[in-house]
Amino acid sequence: MAKQVIKVEHLEKYYQKDHILHDINFSIDQGEVVALLGPSGSGKSTLIRCLNGLEPYQNGTVSFNGDQVVPTEKNWQKLRQKIGMVFQSYDLFPNLTVLDNILLGPVKVQKQSRETAKAAAEKLLDQVGLREYENVYPRQLSGGQKQRIAIVRALALNPELMLFDEVTASLDPEMVRGVLNIISKLAQDSDMTMIVVTHEMNFAQQIADRVLFLEDGKILEQTKGDQFFKQPQTDRAKEFLESMDF
Amino acid sequence: MSSWQIIQQSLPLFEKGFILTLWLSFIGIIGSIIVGLICSLLKYFRVPVFSQIAAVYVEISRNTPLLVQLFFLYYAFPVFGFKLNAELCGIVGLIFLGGSYMAEGFNGGFDGVSKTQVETGKAIGLSRMQLARYVVFPQGFTLSVPALAANIIFLIKETSIFTVIAIPELTNTALDLIGMYYRSSEYLLVLVIGYAIILIPLSIILTLLEKRVRYGAFGN
Repeated sequence: MAKQVIKVEHLEKYYQKDHILHDINFSIDQGEVVALLGPSGSGKSTLIRCLNGLEPYQNGTVSFNGDQVVPTEKNWQKLRQKIGMVFQSYDLFPNLTVLDNILLGPVKVQKQSRETAKAAAEKLLDQVGLREYENVYPRQLSGGQKQRIAIVRALALNPELMLFDEVTASLDPEMVRGVLNIISKLAQDSDMTMIVVTHEMNFAQQIADRVLFLEDGKILEQTKGDQFFKQPQTDRAKEFLESMDF
Repeated sequence: MSSWQIIQQSLPLFEKGFILTLWLSFIGIIGSIIVGLICSLLKYFRVPVFSQIAAVYVEISRNTPLLVQLFFLYYAFPVFGFKLNAELCGIVGLIFLGGSYMAEGFNGGFDGVSKTQVETGKAIGLSRMQLARYVVFPQGFTLSVPALAANIIFLIKETSIFTVIAIPELTNTALDLIGMYYRSSEYLLVLVIGYAIILIPLSIILTLLEKRVRYGAFGN
């Protein structure tokens, strides 16, 4: 049986009086790719942000590699190097070169030597086709290039779990494919465990081993990937898929 | 005597005032930046007790006029047994005032670093200290430069208030001369030019600096 990387039990999240996430339960095995789908405002982003401690939750537990996380900032800080996250806004650090953006985590957080980290970073840059940009500043890159670098920056820490939060949502259409291809390749070629929040249904269908369908902060269904897109279990998911017309 | 002669004869005195204004401003600005930075860091790192003390200081400093602060230092302090000479009073007063403005300038810069930048930094495992050092401070200092530049200009102009405790800086020199010779137009003209010589080039330099550091950090 595959190792369980992350397990969420009875997670509840409130913003003041608003109940954002209701009794969320799921677990993900090593190497599994899970797409988190659902309409806007259903709590997808909030949920994956709970999984690396960027959002506090009020009830329930998150376990990582079998150990329940005691949700203090200190504990999360240690875990975050094992849980890579890429955001919609890519947010490269504008004051650092591409290479320094990538090396910041490995060198300062993981205390790798700069040489070792640099060799690894250059290999990753090669894989995303951006090796020649290592010494430029983010301002000289296009959105798609920035997002690819942001993915490399997260991967450079050698994480066990990757969280992708609508990573193509703010890209020009012609940039989307390049970024999605990198994620697909990662899903196929490596044993990386991933949770992907996306509105790109073709992409989700292509990579997801399993789909979690979320609405109003509740998981309405958890279905195997191919099955979800052919035959969703709930009417709501069916409606959702039809509205996405893909 | 012609106006021109009046002006010419006054120039050596004005020169002394000019240099004193520059000198007091310089010390005052450096001191203000140091005090402001310390207050801002205490707030950023939420240092218990000290950050509250800094907050109280900032409120008192920003909400009382420099004139009153100077009177207090110069006339009220000796009653408690501290006697400062006028120039020291002026510098202390200017730093007391400027420190809070600089603190607010730095705070504004640090707060201006976007939330997503901070989250991205956290997401790669940076500690609070590392986040400050590699992400928030480099960008925050850049963002605070326009406010700091405005404060520098403001503080230089505020030194004119030193005249009330008889520090012979530019304004005091002019008012003294007017009191002695009753040639207001001439002396006031020199006074205005004196400040303009300091402030106009400085404004231009600071504006260029703002653009430069902004481009260095953000590329626009």
